[in-house]
Amino acid sequence: MLIRRSKPEDAAGIRPSEITPESVFLNRRDLLKAAVAAGLVVRLGLPEGAHAASPGLNYAREAHFSVDEAPNTYQDITTYNNFYEFGTGKEDPSQNSAGFKQSPWTVTVGGECEVKGTFTLEDLLAPHPLEERIYRFRCVEAWSMVIPWVGFPLKDLLARFKPNANAKYVAFKTIVRPSEMPGQRRAILDWPYVEGLRIDEAMHPLSLMAVGLYGRTLPSQNGAPLRLVTPWKYGFKSIKSIVEIKFVEKQPSSTWSNVAPREYGFYANVNPNVDHPRWSQARERRVGSSGGLFNSRQPTLLFNGYQEQVAGLYEGMDLRKYF
Amino acid sequence: MHSTQIRRWVFKPILHVLCLLPLLHLIAGSSGFAGVSLGADPIAKVLHELGQWGLRFLVATLAITPLRLMLGKPWLVSFRRILGLYSFAYVLMHFIAWVSIDQGLYWQGILEDIGKRPFITIGFAALLLLIPLAITSTNRMMLRLGRHWKKLHRLIYIIAVLGVWHFYWLVKKDVTEPLIYVATVAFLLGYRYWRFRRHKIPAVPLVEQRGNRISDRLRTPA
Repeated sequence: MLIRRSKPEDAAGIRPSEITPESVFLNRRDLLKAAVAAGLVVRLGLPEGAHAASPGLNYAREAHFSVDEAPNTYQDITTYNNFYEFGTGKEDPSQNSAGFKQSPWTVTVGGECEVKGTFTLEDLLAPHPLEERIYRFRCVEAWSMVIPWVGFPLKDLLARFKPNANAKYVAFKTIVRPSEMPGQRRAILDWPYVEGLRIDEAMHPLSLMAVGLYGRTLPSQNGAPLRLVTPWKYGFKSIKSIVEIKFVEKQPSSTWSNVAPREYGFYANVNPNVDHPRWSQARERRVGSSGGLFNSRQPTLLFNGYQEQVAGLYEGMDLRKYF
Repeated sequence: MHSTQIRRWVFKPILHVLCLLPLLHLIAGSSGFAGVSLGADPIAKVLHELGQWGLRFLVATLAITPLRLMLGKPWLVSFRRILGLYSFAYVLMHFIAWVSIDQGLYWQGILEDIGKRPFITIGFAALLLLIPLAITSTNRMMLRLGRHWKKLHRLIYIIAVLGVWHFYWLVKKDVTEPLIYVATVAFLLGYRYWRFRRHKIPAVPLVEQRGNRISDRLRTPA
């Protein structure tokens, strides 16, 4: 006997939701940690060996952009994901990332902008108040999660570098560190992992620079210390462990569309009507160990349910051609 | 104890237990028994494990003939049917898991996938081809089909190719694991071809000699 998930249509569109009660996603210990952290300067970047216990962050709750679906557990989010730099299995990132050094960290910014250079993570993050956003996350492999990220709008960061009129796209690059990222010792992908957004996509208020998860700094396996989150796109667009941001005029290359241009496009917008050549994108499974075996698929929403906010970006574009 | 009896009362039960272990692991994992966990996507785990074990038992079945010829242990053939039937059982459970817990009996999507997605088409074809082999696996059917039995069961070669292809095609990028299966199956089929060329006879005689039928060999020690 199969038990169907309750009406996925209800999830269509994003309504400014009520703030999810803290108790739903923070247990008592986390609250205590957050309280301790609240009294301190927000410290980002983890000292060596602090892999297991990510420090708490100071942040506000951003209800306007958050969905009111129940988030996945911290355990699920941190032990089931793709980060090929640490291996191709879903559990590999959590198992193989203990030796990853999140600190010191610098990001190089360049290209079509006025302010260029290499910045420490602390400098990059200093002016930005953090907020929590509970976003849907849809993997191109047709599974999905709901994740309470902590971060700040990408547009606020990009604006600081004063991009010029030639900045039509933003290109991102992941760190290459084979000694700490065992997956990079094999040429599974063409390292470094690269991704890009059109400038208007990057400047969209939904585009998030994430530094945390469940109120704590990101664990290494989830793309610490700095990652992109574009919730209306397939997960592979949300590039992790960023070390380079470049404003460019031409559409930059992106790792998965280089690997298989027929299967993965530059835009990679979640679209139930455009199938991956080898599988359907019409439905997805909301994963979670608590779901057990009776956790059937739910319909995938256009732009992952963020249609109201982002459809305007693609007006007049053939989404089948620009998939 | 007679060696046939040892096989029947010791080796075969052990083989059954070994073949059931992967299933027991999945049952334990999905019920949370003894702290076994299937991770954040238990459905995908169940689906992939069942498929992989189906393929592993298929490879094991194919390995019996080369092994018995290389080692000169004809009695090994008595384990072949068990392995073949477990392969079928796991592949069938893999399919049932896909249709039920993965697709939620969403028939429109299921039929579309079988028709439209080549890797699913291939996997489904392999399952269909396994059915006649499973049905004709009994001693009675062996006797009834006689020399046709051998011909029919050569379908296993095609099924193995389809099964490995199915696995290869669904992997997103890192094809290391499917390539191991490709190499293994290529070796097992290549060995047969090599033997056939060398001796100008099939690895196993096409027509069973009178008194040397497979069913007889199953019962009498070599």
